[in-house]
Amino acid sequence: MSRAIVAEGISKSFGDVEALKQLELDVPEGSFFVLLGPSGAGKTTTLRVIAGLEKPDTGSVYLDGIDATKATPAERDLAMVFQSYALYPKQTAAENITSPLRARKMSKSDIDERLKRVAELLHIEELLNRYPAQMSGGQMQRIALGRALVREPRAFLMDEPLTNLDLKLRVEMRTELTRIHRSLGSTFLYVTNDQVEAMSMADQVAVLREGTVQQVGSPTEIYDGPVNRWVATFMGSPRMNMLECTANGRIEGEGWSLPNPGFKVSGDHRALFGVRSEDLSLDVRDEATSLSGTVYAVEPLGDRTLVDVEIGGQRVVIKAPPTATYTVGEPVRAAVDMERVHLFDAESEQAIARR
Amino acid sequence: MAEVHVRKLHKAFPDGTVAVEELDLEIKDGELFVMLGPSGCGKTTTLRCIAGLEEETSGQIQIGDEVVSGLRPSERDIAMVFQFYALYPHLTVRENMAFPLRAAKRPEAEINERVAEAARMLQLEPYLTRTPSKLSGGEQQRVALGRAMVRHPKAFLMDEPLTNLDAELRADMRAEVKHLQQRLNATMIYVTHDQTEAMALGDRIAIMNKGNLEQLGAPMEVYNRPASLFAARFIGSPPMNLIEAEVTNGHLTAAGGLQMTAPEGLSRGQKVIAGVRPENFTISATGDGVQGRIVSREALGDETIFVVECQAGLFHVRMPATARFDEEQVVAVRHVGVAPPAYDPTTEKVVSA
Repeated sequence: MSRAIVAEGISKSFGDVEALKQLELDVPEGSFFVLLGPSGAGKTTTLRVIAGLEKPDTGSVYLDGIDATKATPAERDLAMVFQSYALYPKQTAAENITSPLRARKMSKSDIDERLKRVAELLHIEELLNRYPAQMSGGQMQRIALGRALVREPRAFLMDEPLTNLDLKLRVEMRTELTRIHRSLGSTFLYVTNDQVEAMSMADQVAVLREGTVQQVGSPTEIYDGPVNRWVATFMGSPRMNMLECTANGRIEGEGWSLPNPGFKVSGDHRALFGVRSEDLSLDVRDEATSLSGTVYAVEPLGDRTLVDVEIGGQRVVIKAPPTATYTVGEPVRAAVDMERVHLFDAESEQAIARR
Repeated sequence: MAEVHVRKLHKAFPDGTVAVEELDLEIKDGELFVMLGPSGCGKTTTLRCIAGLEEETSGQIQIGDEVVSGLRPSERDIAMVFQFYALYPHLTVRENMAFPLRAAKRPEAEINERVAEAARMLQLEPYLTRTPSKLSGGEQQRVALGRAMVRHPKAFLMDEPLTNLDAELRADMRAEVKHLQQRLNATMIYVTHDQTEAMALGDRIAIMNKGNLEQLGAPMEVYNRPASLFAARFIGSPPMNLIEAEVTNGHLTAAGGLQMTAPEGLSRGQKVIAGVRPENFTISATGDGVQGRIVSREALGDETIFVVECQAGLFHVRMPATARFDEEQVVAVRHVGVAPPAYDPTTEKVVSA
C-alpha cells in the first residue's frame, strides 16, 4: 500500500510550549487512520501542520511521496472537517455543499453531477433545499461532510467531527463514517480524544501523548498489546486494572499472589500488574490463579454488570454477566485469565515482555 | 435519613412552559433514586422544587414527616451536592467539612463532634489536616459529601455531579458514590441525563419525558422491559433494535421471515414493534436465521458491535471480541434468548405481558 501522508521529525513549539516533539506518522493510502490522545497531546496541531495551516519548526510533510512542507493549504488538496459545522446560514444545504466548487468556477453541469453523487452517498437528498436553521446537529454535520466530499480531495482531515453530537447520533455517525470511507476508498486522517471512536472506526491508530507517538497499530493490536502503562489505561473502557506488585518467580501484591506466567524479570522487580475487566471472572475454577477481595460497589449496566472489588487496599473492576448479584462488603474471589495479563515496569512504565 | 414524597407536583413557568406535570414520586428511606431524561424533561426542576430552590405551582413535597412547601432551602434539612470539586482549596479537609456549621454559627464542641463523626464514616480521618489539592479525586469527593453530611440532612440531592469530569474519573466516582450511599444507607436523589450512570447507580430509575413520568423501575426491569418506545430508545447503548413485526403462530415475524419468540399477552395477527437488545441477536457465517449483510464492525476490545442490514431493517448485534466477520459479508442473523417486549405502533406503549 502506498503512503498517502507522511510526517517526518515534526517539531512545533508555541512560545515555551512544545506541542510536537519529533513526531513521525505514516498514513497508508485509503486507510481510516485515527490520531488518538487526550487534549493537549498535539493531535490538532499535527492535523494543522499536515493541512498547511501551521508551519512546523522542523521536519517535513510528504503527500503521495512528494515533499509538501512548503506547499500552501490549497496546493495540498486536503479537505478539513471540523467539529463546528461552519455552514453559511443564508445558503441552502445544496449551496453550502457546492460552495467550494462554485469558488473554483466549475461548470454548472459538473457541479450538479457531483452534488448528486454526494447527496446519494450521504443520504441527504431530501435536505438539499433546507437552510441550516431548519436542520438538526446531525444533519448539519452531514452537510459539512458533504462540502468536504464534493471537492474530491486527495485525503480528508477530520478534527473531532462528532464531538458536538449527542450519544445516539454519535453512534449512528460512526457507522455512517465507516460506510462512507468504504464506498469512497479515500484516505481519512481522523483526530479524536474518544478511544471508543478510535476502536470502532480505525484501521490504524496512532496514540499520541505530549507531542509524541506512543504506539501505532490496529485497534486490536493496541488493546491486546499496549507498549506502556499509559497506553494500556487510555485504550479500553473500563480502563485496564493496575495493581502494584513485585514480580519474580511469582507476582505478588498486598494480599495476593499469582504464578508468573512467563514475564522476563530478574530479582524482585517492582512492577504494575495489568488485567482488563473482562479477563477477570467471579466464576472461579482454579484458586491458584485467583485473587480474593471484598465487593466495593456493584453497577448493573444492562448487558453486563461491573463489580468493583477491593483487593489489598486497591480497586479492580470486573465485568460480570448482567444477572450477577453481589452485596457491598461480600468476600469474593476473582479468577484471572493468565494468558491475557500484562506487566509494566514500575519506573519506566514500559511493558515487560514474556518469554 | 428519611423518605421523600412528591405529590401531584406541577410546575409552570411564567412564560407558560409546563416543566413538571402532576408528578407523583415516593422515594424510600435509604434509597438511591435516579431521575433520568433528556434536557427539558423536568428532572432538574423536580429536584429544585424538592430542594426549595423553585416554588411549585401546585402539589406537595414531604421530606420525612414534614410537608416542606413554603420552607426555605435551609429549613428543609436536605443537602444539595452539585459539583464534587467545589471544595475551598485553601482550607483543610477539616475546615471544609466544618464550613456549613461555622456559617450556621454552631458551637465549637458540636462542630468538632460532627466533623469527627463524618470523617469516621467516610474514612477521612487520616486526611483532616490536608488541603484538597493533596487528595485524590475519590478522597475529594468524600470530603464534599462529608461537608454535606455534617448538617445531618434527611436526604442528599445531586444534580449531575459527575458531568464535568473526564470519562475515566467519572467511572471511578460512580463506584465511589454507590459505595458510600450504601455504606451510609443514605436517601439520595440523583439527577442525570446519562443512562449508563442511571443504570449503574440507581436502586430505582424514574425515566422522565416532557414533565411526565415515563417509567419507574429497578435498572434491570427498565432495561429488560422498557415501558414505551421512548424508554426503549433512551436506555442501552447501542440502543434496542425496534422492529415492525406481526404475531404469528407462537412467534413474532418480521420482514424477510425474521422470527423472534413471541412474548405473552398478544393476540394472533396483532401488529407490534418488537424491542430486541443487541445481545439478543447473534450472527453466523452459515446457519439458521435470515440473511443479512454486515454494514459496519466496531471492535471495542472486549466485544464487537456489528451493524447488519436485513430486510427488516438495520440491526445492532453485540458479539464477543473473538467474532470475526468482514464488512459486506453476507451472514445469517438469528434471535436468541428471552422473548422481546412488544410495543403498540400507535400508542408506543408496551403491550406484551
